[in-house]
Amino acid sequence: MGGSASLLPREALGEYQELTFLTKQEILLAYKRFSELLPKEERENACSARVPKSQILTLPELRANPFQHRICRVFSTSGNGDDSMSFEDFLDMLSVFSDSATLDIKSHYAFRIFDFDEDGTLDRSDLEKLVDCLTGQGEESRLSNAEMEQLIQNILEESDIDKDGTINLSEFQHVISRSPDFVRYDVLQLHGLSRGGLSGGFAGVGAELWVVVGQGYPVRGNRVLRELCKILSRTG
Amino acid sequence: ALHTSFHQLIQEQSSLMEAALELEMQERSREPGQDEQHPNFSPTTLRILASMPSRTIGRSRGAIISQYYNRTARLRRRSSRPPLQQLCRTARPSLRHYDLETDPTRATLEEKRSLLVKELLSLSPGQRSHMLLTVPLSLAEKRTLRWVLSRQSQPGRAPHRTSSSPCGRSKDCIVLVSLGCGLLSLLAAAQPWHYALKQIGGRFGSSVLSYFVFLKTLLIFNIFSLLILLVFVVAPQAVYPPPSASPRPFTGLELLTGAGYFTHSLLYYGYYSNVTLNDPCASSPNGSMCPHTAPQFPYNMPLAYVFSIGVSFLLTCVLLVYSMSRSFGESYRVGSSTGDLAVKVFCAWDFKVVQRRSVKLQCENICTQLKELLAEQRSRSCSLSLCQRLGRTVVLLLAWVLSLSSVLGCVVALRYFSEHMHVQEAILLVLPLVVSLLNVLMPHLYNLLATWEKQDSPVTEVYVACWETCVGQDLYRFVVMDFIFTLLDTLFGELVWRLILEKKLKRNQKPEFDIARNVLELIYGQTLTWLGVLFAPLLPAIQTLKLVLLFYVKKTSLMQNCQSPSKPWQASRMSTFFITLLCFPSFLGAAIFLSYTILSVRPSETCGPFQGLETMYKSGKTWVQLLEKSNPNITWFAWVHQYLVENTFLLFFMSGVLLAVIYFNIQVVRGQRRIIRLLKEQIANEGEDKIFLIQKLHSVYEQRERRA
Repeated sequence: MGGSASLLPREALGEYQELTFLTKQEILLAYKRFSELLPKEERENACSARVPKSQILTLPELRANPFQHRICRVFSTSGNGDDSMSFEDFLDMLSVFSDSATLDIKSHYAFRIFDFDEDGTLDRSDLEKLVDCLTGQGEESRLSNAEMEQLIQNILEESDIDKDGTINLSEFQHVISRSPDFVRYDVLQLHGLSRGGLSGGFAGVGAELWVVVGQGYPVRGNRVLRELCKILSRTG
Repeated sequence: ALHTSFHQLIQEQSSLMEAALELEMQERSREPGQDEQHPNFSPTTLRILASMPSRTIGRSRGAIISQYYNRTARLRRRSSRPPLQQLCRTARPSLRHYDLETDPTRATLEEKRSLLVKELLSLSPGQRSHMLLTVPLSLAEKRTLRWVLSRQSQPGRAPHRTSSSPCGRSKDCIVLVSLGCGLLSLLAAAQPWHYALKQIGGRFGSSVLSYFVFLKTLLIFNIFSLLILLVFVVAPQAVYPPPSASPRPFTGLELLTGAGYFTHSLLYYGYYSNVTLNDPCASSPNGSMCPHTAPQFPYNMPLAYVFSIGVSFLLTCVLLVYSMSRSFGESYRVGSSTGDLAVKVFCAWDFKVVQRRSVKLQCENICTQLKELLAEQRSRSCSLSLCQRLGRTVVLLLAWVLSLSSVLGCVVALRYFSEHMHVQEAILLVLPLVVSLLNVLMPHLYNLLATWEKQDSPVTEVYVACWETCVGQDLYRFVVMDFIFTLLDTLFGELVWRLILEKKLKRNQKPEFDIARNVLELIYGQTLTWLGVLFAPLLPAIQTLKLVLLFYVKKTSLMQNCQSPSKPWQASRMSTFFITLLCFPSFLGAAIFLSYTILSVRPSETCGPFQGLETMYKSGKTWVQLLEKSNPNITWFAWVHQYLVENTFLLFFMSGVLLAVIYFNIQVVRGQRRIIRLLKEQIANEGEDKIFLIQKLHSVYEQRERRA
């Protein structure tokens, strides 16, 4: 936890804990990783700096991901369309992909990631691009035109309830909720900040995750500590 | 004007409709070759289309805020809205107070935000923070909302931007919290495999994970049985050991054969005494010699034995049924009988996969799977000729005949062997051919060793007079053999095969983890335990140990030697299937066998807790009679025993109740399916209405353009 020159201000840490699904340790770790992406001179105020898209795409979780561009686009709040991410955008991304995010949030963001033309629905072209991403872009493993046509026809038949030719958010969420696997085994999840995930080049980071907080309780206990505090604040 | 009947309305409209119809037909004829999905709409129409609520909710911030405003309003209204019946007719319009004063979709972003803040303020703090957490807005937006909320909720005080740690407020808080944390860290430590399971699931997917979850479930069953037996049967007997001959010396072979030193130990049925423990009158049947001291706690061993076994089976049954219903409830969705291609496409991508090679592998797998599904669908839709259908039936029949005959062959071979080797109970289990033969041969080999060992010691035949102990020993051997063969199988099937593939055949592909075979092995082992628990009460302990060791062995082998399955299974349906397979052939068979043994088989005369009784169940009956004799006030208990437990009427009654509950549930599901179908039709109708209105809108705009 210590050792980094610029730490997160305490109030901000508390706010982030309340507003995202991440624990305190995970937020600190995210802060550390985010500041590593910045050039040295900007690391002092990492909270307000923006990291360009090219840097974000060097993260191991996003490097080989076919949805990397869409993820950057969806989570970036930059006004000039360059898909740069601030620290809060980065936290947003990790929060949505974390273990404890609700199904609602995950399906909402999954919809936005799959909506390639950003018109609020998944129409045929969106679905085609989605299937292309899934099966590997531009390589041998692509579906033929006839197969693609059949697949998209089936998907629309199954999910388009109001028969307007597109899948909107409610229909998408309805389809997703039908799959028990989505609910139980976390799809839309990065290894993120769990142990063993953020390895490679960040020595000592794994150990830090399990560093005890305060009185010596592991990370899991910390989240429950927060919940307990909430309950106590409500009652007394 | 209020139309009291539609007749008038139709007449009024019909004159207009003729003109409109002409217009519509004109419009349609102008666009002959357009398909429905990409109509050539004017920019105005497209703009209006783009701002439809169903489309904006997926992309614009304002729409999300409005939606959540509506949600919180509904949340608030649910608790405070008076029921409709209480309002008189003239008061109806005042219901509008509960509606939105302004239409939020027309307001600007600032107005929408302030509306949302107003609604959030009316919620309790817990609900408010939960709502803030789950609204899919960006973090910056949420911080703004939170700041506005905190400023408005406490107008007098300075705005609170601090983190919510009210724990700093009072000392009691801190003490309570640290106590709670201590407990929780203990709980977290009590789930030792939580991280291992996550690791496996992350690397190999949820189908391989389902095997390990199944193993963990079996472990829980065994631990429960073990606890009950330990407390009520093993511990009292251990404290009051029966008088017995000198124990034989311990050699290492006993761990495998279960005979020798272990024969006359807590492990087997024969060790348990048939008297009431700790009862000063027990040693002398003559009542006059009974010392009239203060009665200590007498413990009726036979009764405890049969009841504990019964209770542990009942508990296992309840747990099984509960986990089966839970996993079934999770995997089955009413009305989702249509295909799941859409679900597969949307949920296919595993974002945890990080390395470039694994990503490529995943892409290939998804592509293969999609192609297979599409090909299957195509073949299903086209009808087969008669010849092909006949051919397919013949192949199916042949496969059935082959598998049934191999099973029969196994059974016959087992029976032949068992009769020739003088083993009492021919255990009829369905097994793969090789494993079953080996499992039969090896225990008999060790039986020979055991007889050779017995020849050395001069101890008499009392050690073999108990057939129950023999059965227990056999089952112990089965369990140990099963474990050894699972280990060997893991070793050869996975490690050696991988080495062969890599070194000799130079293929860069590791062997796959065979989920089905491993699960069947687990079920086999558990069946053995359940069959043997009556004869060897400590068998659940051995099974627990075996499962714990197996978990680590399988996990290590998986990580080192295997790759993820190429055909991803639907893991939740698989778990349901595993538990069902465990319950129906395995547990039910064991329970039937056990009931038969307790109710009908004559226990051995010379050893065990049921010496001299006709059946094991009679111990319960004699106890009830004894109770009746000793204390005439509790005749109601004997009456209950005679008329409820012994009488078959209770069984019929319970079956009737169960059937009624099942029928009720079936009807409920049927009703739900019908409702779903009706709602789907309704939504489709609304969709058609929408398309109609869009077309109309388009025609209106085009007309206007033409006129201008």
